[in-house]
Amino acid sequence: MHEGPVTEEIIRIACEAAAEQKGRVTAINLVVGEDSGFIGESIQMYFDVLSEGTACTGARLHLEGVKPKLRCTRCGQLFYRRPFSFTCPACGGDGRPTEIGKEFYVKNVELEVPDTCI
Amino acid sequence: MHMISKDVQVDIHARNEHVAEHVHEYLTARGIFTVNVMGAPGAGKTTTLEKLIKLLPGTSYVVEGDIESDIDTERLRQQKISASQINTFGACHLDAPLLHNAVHTMEFAAPGILFVENVGNLVCPAEFSIGEDIKLLQVCVTDGSDKPYKYPLAFEKADVILLSKIDLLPYVDFNEEFFLKGLRHLNPEAPFFKVNGKTGAGYDQVAAWLSKRASAVTGAGQEK
Repeated sequence: MHEGPVTEEIIRIACEAAAEQKGRVTAINLVVGEDSGFIGESIQMYFDVLSEGTACTGARLHLEGVKPKLRCTRCGQLFYRRPFSFTCPACGGDGRPTEIGKEFYVKNVELEVPDTCI
Repeated sequence: MHMISKDVQVDIHARNEHVAEHVHEYLTARGIFTVNVMGAPGAGKTTTLEKLIKLLPGTSYVVEGDIESDIDTERLRQQKISASQINTFGACHLDAPLLHNAVHTMEFAAPGILFVENVGNLVCPAEFSIGEDIKLLQVCVTDGSDKPYKYPLAFEKADVILLSKIDLLPYVDFNEEFFLKGLRHLNPEAPFFKVNGKTGAGYDQVAAWLSKRASAVTGAGQEK
């Protein structure tokens, strides 16, 4: 159930963009950070079912993943976290979480629109 | 027909956040300080509510979030605690629209603290705002000391963290130093309390901290 409601929201956002242009959605480009808590494959599975009968029917879903980074409190470097460790590989300082890797947004949509809309 | 690309840049949580802000405004206007209670199933969240509510000087309200059943709500009502139930029927967390519907059916006769016990889960509740003032994370010693490393977001987002069932420490391999190291890397600021649901030890400090934190919203009535 986890990805179901957010997939409905993705479809709603894309359909709204399509309605403004009186068109239909051919592709949705999503940015999904690995620490966002959402799994791309699962969103795809729900999308195929939930988009049926909407302006997103048959649209392709492109997912751009973002690896989480920590910021070292000593030297300020951004670095990828290793399992069970928060240690900065550059100076051995302590890393703290950042917003990098928590992204979860619709970047853009590709639409097929009537020529009258030019 | 022709193809165009349209920039959207819309956060998928934006609509939930919008409802969460409304819920927060609604509750704050009534002098209600809201605590989103998170933790794995069986961490002792309901026991914590029972212990804290007895120690808090003002009025307390509870919303229970569970996939099914009203076991916890009934348990609280038997102790004369005002409690409402949300059943998510499969969903693994509460979101702002669910709490919105619940609070609009409740009567807040006096300012106080609203505890919203989220669905037992260390993952999803941390991802969705419900309009709370603070997130309270409860972990018990039988959950294991590796939890900050495995479920970092819940620890990062918590405003206060409770370690419960500390009477079981002699019987389980809980490495407190390892646990606190992970916790403090993710969250250097949040107050940390150790509690025992059987004896009630440690809850007086949590209640004192919570009263003080809530007083700006609830007024002087919550000050000890």
